[in-house]
Parts: sequence; structure tokens; C-alpha cells
Amino acid sequence: MGTELGVYKTCVSARSTSKEILKKAQDGGIVTQLFAYALDEGIIDGAIVAGPGPEPWRPMPMVALTSEELMASRGTRYNLSPNVALIKEVTRSYGLDKVGIVGTPCQMQAVRKGQLYPAGLRDVPDKIALAIGIFCMENFPYQSIKQLVEDHAGMALPAVKKMEIGKGKFWVYGERGQVVTLPLKVTHKYEQPGCHVCLDYVANLADVSTGSVGSPDGWSTVFVRSKKGDDIWSKAMAAGCFETKPIEQVKPGLELVSKLANEKISKNQKTVESRATFGVNKALRNPYVSPK
Amino acid sequence: MAEKTKKEDKPVADKITVGHVHMSGCTGCLVSLADNYGGLLTILDRYADLVYGLTLADVRHIPKMDVALVEGSVCIQDKLAVEEIKQTREKAAVVVAVGGCACYGNITRFGRGGQPNQPQHESYLPIGDLIKVDVYIPGCAPTPQLIRNVCVMAYLLLKGTKEQKDLATAFLTPLMQLADRGTTACGCDLIYDVINQGLCMGCGSCTASCPVRAITMEYGKPNVNREMCIKCGACYAQCPRSFFNVDVVNQYEGIMEAIDGALK
Ligand code: SF4
Ligand code: SF4
Ligand code: SF4
Repeated sequence: MGTELGVYKTCVSARSTSKEILKKAQDGGIVTQLFAYALDEGIIDGAIVAGPGPEPWRPMPMVALTSEELMASRGTRYNLSPNVALIKEVTRSYGLDKVGIVGTPCQMQAVRKGQLYPAGLRDVPDKIALAIGIFCMENFPYQSIKQLVEDHAGMALPAVKKMEIGKGKFWVYGERGQVVTLPLKVTHKYEQPGCHVCLDYVANLADVSTGSVGSPDGWSTVFVRSKKGDDIWSKAMAAGCFETKPIEQVKPGLELVSKLANEKISKNQKTVESRATFGVNKALRNPYVSPK
Repeated sequence: MAEKTKKEDKPVADKITVGHVHMSGCTGCLVSLADNYGGLLTILDRYADLVYGLTLADVRHIPKMDVALVEGSVCIQDKLAVEEIKQTREKAAVVVAVGGCACYGNITRFGRGGQPNQPQHESYLPIGDLIKVDVYIPGCAPTPQLIRNVCVMAYLLLKGTKEQKDLATAFLTPLMQLADRGTTACGCDLIYDVINQGLCMGCGSCTASCPVRAITMEYGKPNVNREMCIKCGACYAQCPRSFFNVDVVNQYEGIMEAIDGALK
């Protein structure tokens, strides 16, 4: 295919140089570090992130205006955080002119559609200063995560330190050192159905996108995509925010990223196509073709 | 007093002609167009002549025009209004329904007469129920930026190079498809055409776009307070799972630069 990784200017393996950030980061602390740098430099004046929610391991979109607030949003929560819900409000009551936002590939799509076709997003298009996308294979409703962790893994949600999907398994790490893994097969039926028509793995439309796949533990794979992204990334590099390695020199590297991207896209492309003949002479709607 | 005014002696030859037609609307759509500030002046300088618009110019009757920007719905008990929307279709090459009222009826859906001094003025229809509409710009109010983008694209479509025409066509296609889709809108569109279709992925765009905060995200899915909904159609138009034309959106950087460039 060749388009599975989107358009990008550079791709590296990277991690933050801040020990403080790395302490609780999911991987290389890229999102937290890049936003913290952009905040300090006035490149953004706030960022929409997935903050802590009302229940354990349930994210809630929030606007971080300081580095301290950013720190609270570290770590992956494998369930829905509707970050785009705040995209207009940040330009209203929060009064932001230069908005940062982190999100899944579909949320980056929402942001770009919102910039080109703003139906209810007055003044938002010109105020997106830095959109950071995170790789995403699929997502889960909160109740799915609850069921996976509590019923399948037999752990209490508040006692979980970290969750991870990697190396073909769903990993749950307890605060007291215990580790439970579930085969991914178990998780499939709990996936959000809307993810099955998603044709983007590495956040092709972000300014900078990042994820764990391709890089060693504690490091992240980073794609620098747009002019904005390139400008901010180079400045952050010059300011010593990141350690990097050429992606060609790390294992498993881009080959694995491509492989997973292709797997996701071809599987979901089939789902999209099968919707055309879902009923008897009746189709389900295809958003890539029309809103009808 | 006598400020020297200079009439354009050589008007820019290639401008398109645009009119603003005011049906049962609130003029908020026109204010949104005006809220492009300098951008609007640039459009009027280089790309478009405003040949009609009762709010801004003293032209009494609907003239021929390339693009009609129509705001408001049509009161079918008001003969003049019905006459005017038909005339608009005859006189305009491209009819754009601007805003929730023209596209979907919006707040006028709730009109049911009984108020002085025309208690019989009770039935309002979106313009697409009376004439064929080419392009929709939903939203209450529609955003200045989308109106601007459509104006620039309409110019490229009518006056551009082959390449620009192709881009403009691709850009306008989903807005034409929305016009084909129908004349009703509601927060329920998210239920019928997104969630019920297995397409919602919980991004929250709908919540952000709703002008009356009728949509909250509950455990990652939209919940519509239908009593609050004014039926503007913004949420469905904004949802990335209503239309997502990858070919155009993938070029967002270039397109935004081109639009900025055109208005510099
Ligand atoms: S798989 Fe796609 S649709 Fe689902 S959360 Fe990830 S990016 Fe969004
Ligand atoms: S829910 Fe809100 S955005 Fe959607 S149609 Fe109703 S008023 Fe408009
Ligand atoms: S805008 Fe996002 S959350 Fe709302 S219906 Fe569409 S996909 Fe779902």
C-alpha cells in the first residue's frame, strides 16, 4: 500500500529527557513533554488532554493550562475520552487563542474536518496550534474495560497501576507488583463497534503523532508531519527536550508499525465494504462516500 | 463633508456575482458573513460583486446572479416570500442555503401561528422543500469560516483553472450531498444515522458544535436533550462520521494555506 503511515517529514524513536515526566508516562513521555515545552514557550496557551475522571481508569477531557495539570493526564486509559467535545469551549470561556489537543486518529480527523468544514465551530479553525495524535488500534467503552479488568483479569480497578496492549496481549499491572495478561482474543468482543470502520492507525492527520509500537520499552515512535509540527518539534529538540534515535536503528522499527497499520486498515476496509451488502438489497451508511 | 470617493474605473473583470436573499431569517447568517472582517472586503475586492442584499445595498428586485446565499425559511402563507424564493431559483446559477433555517427550518420548525398581526402565518418550510438547492452551509449561526470557504471555492469553481475547479468540486461535494440528503435535521440525526448505524466513535465533535449545549457525552457517547434541540443540523454536519471525504481532508494543510493566501 505505502500510504498506511500517512504523510510525514521525519520519523524517530524518542523519549523525554525529563525524569519527572518519564516516571508516570506510558512510553517515552512525548505528549506531556511536547505540550509542556509548547506551553512554556507560549506556542500554545492550553491543551485539551484526557484528565482523571470520576471513576478509576475513566478519563475525562480537561483543559491543562500549566505543566502540573499536564502531569495529571499521563498514561493511557483504554476507554473513550471525547476530547473534541471541548474544542470550541476552550476558545470561549477559557479564552485560548492557541489551542493544543491530543487525541486518537479519529479525533485528529474530527479536528481537521472541523477546520475545513466548521458547521458549529466558529473561530476554531484558525486556533488549532498543535494537534498531537496517538497511535490507536481500537478503543473500548468504559464498561468493557471494567469487565476485562474485574471479571477477566480478576483485579480491582483502583488497584491497577498501568494497562498496556502490546506483544499480542492485554497487560494489567497491579500497584503491588502483580501482572495479569489476557490474550487479545478475549478483548475483541468488547471493542467499540465504531472502531471497526476506522482506516487510520498512526494519526495521519496530526501535526505530530506518537505511539509505542516500533520502539523499545520506555521509548516512543514519533512521526513529525505538518509544517507546524516540524517547526515545534525542531525547536523542542534544540531546547533539549528529547533524546532520539534514528528509527532505522531501533528494533522492531517501522516495519512492525507498517505491518500493524496495514492489518488494521485492510481488516476495517473489508468491514466498510461489507456494510454495502449488510441487509437484503439494503446497505448500511458509508461515511467515506456520503452523509446520506 | 464632501469626501472624495473614487469609483473603480476598471472593475476586476473576473468577479462572480453574489446576492444575499433574506427569507424568514434573523440576519445572523449575514452577520456571520460580515464577521470575516477584512476577509469579506478582500472577497468583495477581488472575487465577488455583491449585486443584491437588502440589508446592505439599494437594489430592490432579485437580479441575475452566479451565487445566491439564501438565509431563512419560507412562510408559505406569505405570497411574496414564496414568489421570491422561486425567483431566486430562476435567477441564480448556484443556490446556497446558508444556515440552519434555510437548510432545515431550524427554529421556524416550531412556528405554528396564532400571533398578531398575522396569526395565519403558521407554516414555515426550509427552502429545499420549494426549490432545488445546490449547497448547504448548516449551523445556527453558520460559521464565518465555512461561509468564507464556500465563497472562495465557488469562485474557483466558476473562474478557476481546471485543477482549481477539481479541488472546488471535491470540496463542495459533501455540502451538495447534504443538500440532497434532505430538509430535516435534529440531534436525532446522531442517533439514527451515526449511533444506530454503528459509526459513532465517541469523539465529541457533536457536543462541541451544538449551539444550545443540548448534547452531553455520557460514557463516551452523545446523549441528546431533544427538548433543548433547535434543529439546526450543526451536530450531524460536524460529526466526522456523517461525511468524511478523505481525499479532501487529507489535504487540509494545503487547502487552508490556499484559502489564507487567497484572502491575504
Ligand atoms: S480505532 Fe479509530 S475510531 Fe477507534 S478510537 Fe482508535 S482512532 Fe478512533
Ligand atoms: S442537537 Fe444541537 S447541534 Fe444538533 S440539531 Fe439540535 S440544536 Fe443543532
Ligand atoms: S461527532 Fe463523534 S461522538 Fe458525536 S456522533 Fe459523531 S462520532 Fe459520535
